[in-house]
Amino acid sequence: MTRLLVGTRKGLWTIDADDDGRQTWRVSEPHFFGQIVQHAVAKDGTILVAASTGHLGPTVFRSTDDGGSWTEAASPPAFVTGDRLGRALKTVFWLTASHEAGVWYAGGASPQGLFRSDDDGVTWSPVDGWNDHPMWETWCEWPEENTPDGSMLHSVIVDPRDAQHLYLSLSGGGTFESTDGGRDWAPLNQGVSADFFPDPFPEFGQDPHTVRMHPVDNDRLYMQNHCGIYRLDRPEVKWTRIGDNMPRDIGDIGFPIELHPRDPDTAWVFPMDGTEVWPRTSIDGRPCAFVTRDGGTTWTKQSNGLPTRAWFTVKRQAMTTDAGDPVGVYFGTTSGEVWASADEGESWSCITAHLPEIYSVECSWA
Amino acid sequence: MSPDPVKVRIPSPLRSYTGQASVVEASGATVDDVLRDLDRQFPGLRFRVVDEQNQLRKHMKVWVNEDACRDLTTPVGDGDEVTLMQALSGG
Repeated sequence: MTRLLVGTRKGLWTIDADDDGRQTWRVSEPHFFGQIVQHAVAKDGTILVAASTGHLGPTVFRSTDDGGSWTEAASPPAFVTGDRLGRALKTVFWLTASHEAGVWYAGGASPQGLFRSDDDGVTWSPVDGWNDHPMWETWCEWPEENTPDGSMLHSVIVDPRDAQHLYLSLSGGGTFESTDGGRDWAPLNQGVSADFFPDPFPEFGQDPHTVRMHPVDNDRLYMQNHCGIYRLDRPEVKWTRIGDNMPRDIGDIGFPIELHPRDPDTAWVFPMDGTEVWPRTSIDGRPCAFVTRDGGTTWTKQSNGLPTRAWFTVKRQAMTTDAGDPVGVYFGTTSGEVWASADEGESWSCITAHLPEIYSVECSWA
Repeated sequence: MSPDPVKVRIPSPLRSYTGQASVVEASGATVDDVLRDLDRQFPGLRFRVVDEQNQLRKHMKVWVNEDACRDLTTPVGDGDEVTLMQALSGG
């Protein structure tokens, strides 16, 4: 069964597919109604939810009965008391489930902290190797925040072949890699543009919006950046701007990039307007996804069924794919609609509307 | 001898921790003591009010009787009443 976990500015909704080929969907009543839900992720029977009310402190809720009941983390993500910089976490922005039993990571916004749980989200600890790295204040936006909604740590990736091999990304700040379980980190931004700086190709300081590792080809990374769409095939260290192959009148700016669960050459993006004052809505108000099926060499527009004019934004966690065949592709909008495609983006339908502003859409597939 | 419990008024966003009680009792000689005692009774409540650096969160307000305070060392005595309030703002 396909279940979507939809995090919004006013709570969490679950949307379940009926057994009819993902044609009809059942929308739940809200969970955590009124709370800001930045991200909700399911893995092996556990759902974790990053929530806050905006005024109270950030926290994580967990469910082990498909959302029937929820328990707050006994020790939510937080910096240590007496932290050397006096840092206090404002928001849990990102959640990643490792393939290791019970291990999860959380990214903060802001400050751009990294936190880890070894007990399926019950208790959390700061990852000192990141938070206290000698370069942390240089790599991160600290103490100023240059990103409109706060400085974010996101796209935490655990290599399924080696749990010591981690990636994370900062908006802004760039992408970083660790090969020792998070004790030390190094920038991984060669070839990625930061055209807002005097040096457009700095060692760090870029603004990746989403970075994904392909679940089958774990050497392949895709990035949707503030300055384009990129691909990196490790062990290479220089990203290739595959967004240069997008139509010129669309460009390659956006928030999400989502991958096919089996084909490493297939990825979806949702382009947005990054001109002048960056409205971040679809180009000319004409929403469309684009798909590549050859690793970014060519791109195809996918707008069948989408509104001809609309002015929403699709945020970085608000697009996802399922494990079906054909693959289901989903996105949520800042105007509270969830759109679904059961045919890999060839056609789209709106499966619910009138939700609050959507921050995240993740799929659990069972 | 430990001080008598003080009455603590709980705002609606925090009542999920207190079993929906709007008024509870807690003991302590300071606001910090009272918040720590509340956390013993209602685990998780304190972290929603005070961050990991022991600072009141930006939009949380605490009154001891009719005096607003941001200093957690503010003394609390017998017969005092502590009010926790979340400033409502945003949309």
